[in-house]
Amino acid sequence: MSETATTPSAVAPVARRLKWFMPHRVALIVIFAAIILFAATTMRWDWLPQYAGQLAVGVWRTLLLLFSSAIVGMIFAIPLGLAQVTGPRPLGWLAAGFCGIIRGTPLLLQLWLLYYGLGSILAANPEFRKEYPELFYYIRQAWPYGFLALTISFAAYEGEVMRGAFKGVPRGELEAAKAYGMSRWTMFRRIWLPRAIHRALPTLTGDTVLQLKSTPLVATITVVDAYGVISKVRQATYLTYEPLLLLALIYMILTGILVVAFRYLENMVPSKR
Amino acid sequence: MDSLLISLGLDVLTLEPPGWGGVLLTGFVNSVYIAVGAYVLGMVIGIGGACGKLWGGLVTRDLLEVYTTVVRAVPELVLILILYYAGTDGINRLLALGGYGPVDINGLVAGIVVLGFVLGAYLTEVIRGAIKAVPPGEIEAGRAYGMGPLMIFRRIIFPAMLPHALPGLGNYWLTTTKDTALLAVVGFTELTLATRQAAGSTKHYMTFFLAAGAIYLALSIVSGVVIKLIEQRFRRGMTGHA
Repeated sequence: MSETATTPSAVAPVARRLKWFMPHRVALIVIFAAIILFAATTMRWDWLPQYAGQLAVGVWRTLLLLFSSAIVGMIFAIPLGLAQVTGPRPLGWLAAGFCGIIRGTPLLLQLWLLYYGLGSILAANPEFRKEYPELFYYIRQAWPYGFLALTISFAAYEGEVMRGAFKGVPRGELEAAKAYGMSRWTMFRRIWLPRAIHRALPTLTGDTVLQLKSTPLVATITVVDAYGVISKVRQATYLTYEPLLLLALIYMILTGILVVAFRYLENMVPSKR
Repeated sequence: MDSLLISLGLDVLTLEPPGWGGVLLTGFVNSVYIAVGAYVLGMVIGIGGACGKLWGGLVTRDLLEVYTTVVRAVPELVLILILYYAGTDGINRLLALGGYGPVDINGLVAGIVVLGFVLGAYLTEVIRGAIKAVPPGEIEAGRAYGMGPLMIFRRIIFPAMLPHALPGLGNYWLTTTKDTALLAVVGFTELTLATRQAAGSTKHYMTFFLAAGAIYLALSIVSGVVIKLIEQRFRRGMTGHA
C-alpha cells in the first residue's frame, strides 16, 4: 500500500508476461518450496497409502457428478434460456421464476430439502415401494439426490447465462439466416445455438469451476466423493490439517485442468476479439 | 402472526415454543449478521488487495496473486473447514505461548472472518477490474490539481470506479448471503442448520426446508431491489447502456 503514494499513474494496465526468474520470484518460489518440504516431512502422511485407492474412487465420483450434472443441466438450460427470450409469455415467466427461486436459495438447503424432505416422503410411502421396486432402490441411495440438486442448480444458473447469450446474438445474423430460406429449426440449430454457446463459453468456464466447487456439498448427505473420503480419513486418524490440505491441493489441480481444457475449447472457434 | 400460521395449519412454525419459528428467525438473524460482517471485511480486503495488485511492490503483487488464485480454486466448504480449524487452533496456540489458557472462539466471529477472507479474494478481482476502467486522464487531472494519493483515491478513483464495480459487488453480496449456509457444516446455528434441527426434531422436513427457502428467497429479492436502486443512483449522469 505504501507504494500507492508514488505511482498512481501506473493504473494503465501493464500487460506483463510472467517472468519466473526475477530475483524476488525466485526467492518466493524457494520459500514456498521450503514450506511444502516442511509440510511433507514434518506432518503425518502415513495414512496416505492406505486411503489412496479410496481417494482415487472419490475423485472419480466427484468428476462423474460434475460432468453428469453439468451436461444434463446444460440440456435443460438451453430451453430455459430460450423460453425467456422467444417463448410464449407464460412459459417465459415460468422459466424466469424457476431460475430466480433456485438462484435465490443456497444449494445446501436445496440438497437437504431433496434428501431429507423428498427422500423421507418417498421412503415412507409403501405404495410407491410396491409399485416401483427398481426405482425404490435408487430412492434409498444418496447420490441421486446429490445429482438432482446439482443438475437443477446448474440448469438454473446456465439458463440465465443462455438467456443473455441468446439475446446477444446479433439480429442481422438471424435475419441473414431467414433470407437464406432456413426454417426456424435449421436457423436455431445452425446459427442461433452455436453462436449463443460461443458467446457463453467464457462464463461457462467460470460456472463449471463453480460447479466443481459445489460438488463437495453432496458429502453432507453421505455421498462419498473426494471430500467424503477425506472426512472419513479425518475421523479415522484424528488429523485436522493434513487431509484437508491434500484435498485443497486436489481441487486446485482439478480447477487448473478444467480452466486449461476450456481455454482450448474457446480457442478452437476463431474469433475476431 | 402466530394465529395466522395456526389457521394455515402450520403450527410448527409459530414463534413461541413449541413452534420452531423463533429458532428459525434467530438463525436467520445470525445469517444476516455473518453476511453483513463478512461483506464488510471482504470489502476492506478487496479494496486493499486491488490497490496492492495495481500499485504494490513486486512481492506484494505476487503474494496477492497467490491469495486470489488459491482461494478461488478451492471449494468454499474446504476453505471454511481449514480456516475454521486452523484459525481457532492457531489463536489458542498463540495464547498458550503467552501463558494463557485456551478460549472458545465465538462462532459468529469465526464465521465472519472465514467468509470475509474468502470473499476478499473475489472482491479484489472485481475492484481491481473496476479501478482499471477509470480513465487515467481523470487521475492525472487529480494529480495536476495537487491532490495527494489518498485524496485522489477518495475523491476520484473510488467514486469513478463504483459504477463499474457495483454489478460485481451486488452479485457477491447475493453469493455471500447464500454462502452463510456453509457454516452449517462446521456446526454454527445459522438459518440452514436451525432448519435442519427443527426439521429433525419435528419430522416436518418439507415444511421447514420450504419455509427456510422462502426466507432466503425473500432476502435475495429484497437485496436485488436495493442493489438495483443503488446502481441507479451511482449510474446517474453516466451515458450509454448498462
